[in-house]
Amino acid sequence: MEAEKRTANVEHMHRHQHRHGHQGHVPVTTGRKIVLAGNPNVGKSVFFNHFSGLYVDVSNYPGTTIEVTTGRMGDDTIMDTPGIYGVSSFNDEERVARDIVLQADVIINVVDAVHLERDLFLTQQLIDMGKPLVVALNFMDEAAIEGIEVDADLLSDMLGVPVVPTVAVTGKGFAELEQALPNAAKGLQGKEMHRRLHEMLKEIGSQPEALMILEGDPIIAARHGVEPGKDREEIYIARRERVNDIVKHCVREVSAGSHLRAHVGRWVLQPLTGIPILIVMLFLVYELIAVLIAQKVVNFTEIELMKGHWEPAVQRLVARVSKPESITKEPTPRLLARLETLATEATEELGDALEETISPAGLAGWAPAGLVEKLSPELRAKLSPVALTAISDPANYLDRYHFKSAVAYVLAGEFGVFTHTVRYLLGLLLPLVIGFYLALAILEDSGYLPRLATMMDRLFNAVGLNGRAVIPVILGFGCVTMATITTRLLRTEREKTITAAILNLVIPCSAQLGVIAGLLAVTGSATCMALYVAVIVLCLIIIGTLLDRVLPGQSSALLIDLPPMRLPRPDNVFRKTLVRTYNFIREAFPWFVFGSLLVATMQVTGILNVWQAALRPLTVKWLQLPPETATAFVMGMVRRDFGAAGLNDLARSGAMSGLQIVISLIVITLFVPCIASTVILIKERGAKEGLTIWVGTWVVAFLVGGIVSQIFI
Amino acid sequence: MTKPHTHLSEVRAGREVRIVAIPDEEIRSQLIRFGISEGSRVVCEVKLPLGPLVLRHNRQEIAVGRQLAKTIRVS
Repeated sequence: MEAEKRTANVEHMHRHQHRHGHQGHVPVTTGRKIVLAGNPNVGKSVFFNHFSGLYVDVSNYPGTTIEVTTGRMGDDTIMDTPGIYGVSSFNDEERVARDIVLQADVIINVVDAVHLERDLFLTQQLIDMGKPLVVALNFMDEAAIEGIEVDADLLSDMLGVPVVPTVAVTGKGFAELEQALPNAAKGLQGKEMHRRLHEMLKEIGSQPEALMILEGDPIIAARHGVEPGKDREEIYIARRERVNDIVKHCVREVSAGSHLRAHVGRWVLQPLTGIPILIVMLFLVYELIAVLIAQKVVNFTEIELMKGHWEPAVQRLVARVSKPESITKEPTPRLLARLETLATEATEELGDALEETISPAGLAGWAPAGLVEKLSPELRAKLSPVALTAISDPANYLDRYHFKSAVAYVLAGEFGVFTHTVRYLLGLLLPLVIGFYLALAILEDSGYLPRLATMMDRLFNAVGLNGRAVIPVILGFGCVTMATITTRLLRTEREKTITAAILNLVIPCSAQLGVIAGLLAVTGSATCMALYVAVIVLCLIIIGTLLDRVLPGQSSALLIDLPPMRLPRPDNVFRKTLVRTYNFIREAFPWFVFGSLLVATMQVTGILNVWQAALRPLTVKWLQLPPETATAFVMGMVRRDFGAAGLNDLARSGAMSGLQIVISLIVITLFVPCIASTVILIKERGAKEGLTIWVGTWVVAFLVGGIVSQIFI
Repeated sequence: MTKPHTHLSEVRAGREVRIVAIPDEEIRSQLIRFGISEGSRVVCEVKLPLGPLVLRHNRQEIAVGRQLAKTIRVS
């Protein structure tokens, strides 16, 4: 111990120089750089939110999808890092955390008092790196419930750094932590570690980097032009023994504690209880996204707000500044055709409730309050939302401007940038994306996801993957582009290939999924829903199994930490949802503008008709769908959700039967990934593999859609 | 106690075993971080049919795929 004590030259951090500045996304400051580090699920983000206040900058770390959050704490910069179990180059998260830690002036290391044995490994590694450190001993409340007592003073003595007990969720210990920051110290190292570091330091000059090289980090070693060390395991075992010794001295089990959480964690996993829990969970997510948001909320935001108020307002404005002769209020033939369909549909659906059939003109002239109120709830439920709106507010459908000028049309016409794009993005997508990220944040914060990965492991094995792939696949339900990048986290090339193919073929992204769920609900038939799910799942199994057979090599095995189950914190869930939604919309917006411009231009120039005619043999003969679906496929090439949204209009206008809706949804799901996804796919997987998958989606989409159509229609 | 030197995949749920050998180097490093090394005692908490095993070491729970469990020797 004496030798170790001598190495503990407690240095105060204000003596440290500021090496930050223009690197990465870090804003230029005059203060220090404080970095939060810790294992996953230790409550780091609560600390970050507390210290950084409102104004934070979330950005992807250069070259990765790893989110790095930066905020201000007085004059200092505070940075959050991804949760890691140790610093090295095992995966992207670790590489990002390593680089941020290397730039840190002070580190706040958050540890979970209940899992000190695991968490102190990282703590000791950070100490070995020689960075000034303060330990936040979090979850002291949970430790008490579990019957664990931690001697924080002794822990502080043994580590050689300040240790502050905290309960982050109640804010307990935050003030003390802030007071302890100036006392952040370089801690104590093991004797052998110290000797090795001393040796390497002569060569390298930077202790953190010296440690990384000793532990065999190839990237840092290359930066210094030296061979990576070969003794990682020896160092790890020595560190593990030191940590176990510290834990033995500082942690006492005073009572058996409560086992409720452990039981819940196990119920979730055991098939007998786990499968019903999974089904209930899926049902709740479906209710939230597909029923509440995709139908009720979107009906309000898209139809009432956007179609009812926003689009007319924009059109009026554009009409005011346009030349009078370029505008007409006469409905186009296309609109008239649609009204015709609506009228027929309303007549059919209303049946006996009506004395006469509804004509398009009659529809337009209907007294709004009269009819809808006359309908029984059953009949009202039968009507599609559009038909209902058309009947209750027909003027809205005819009182539209129709622009002859190309510019006005592109800006405010049917596919206009200010009408169509804004309506899709804010009226349709925004609520759906919020719903998806909300569900994801709750699943993440509750500790359910790793257990889901464990349960799914066996199934994923069947398609050559392990349960870990559940994470890119679930992310894929959010955004396939993002998910394709996270395939990097998978261990082997074959796993990456299989996951990339599955993501870009069969996984619909959040917005698309929302529209799909909404449209399946429009069909109102359980058979249609079952057919859609069955076909997509079958495709997943066939594609996965085929790739597993064809690709050489073997996939890696599952090995994951199961964090305790916790009740998610509403403010944390809320914040996460907001930040992710904002990033999504910011990223999606330019693509939507581009897509609208493309389709509007194709419309104005007549290319859209040529395209529709060219695809006619495929869409009309083979898939047995209306020719307009070809437009949705163009839109789908730009963005997947955009394509699904294109079908949305068509389906809700009553132009397709239930089965046709299902077939069009199958095709749009399997069809090409959006432009962004395609670019990322080619970037991540190489031109050959990327393009193979891209072409493959055409073949599979039309093949499968056609077969289903030929069998069922 | 189970027979000496069987594989982790053969351990029944609820049993406690000692890890004897973990052949894969990277897996070994990762397990050391979680607190498990050769010689550690672990409890098999849950065994999913044909699927992963959930190991507990003190309060740390880890899921191990069945294929991987077949390579880890225990006693």
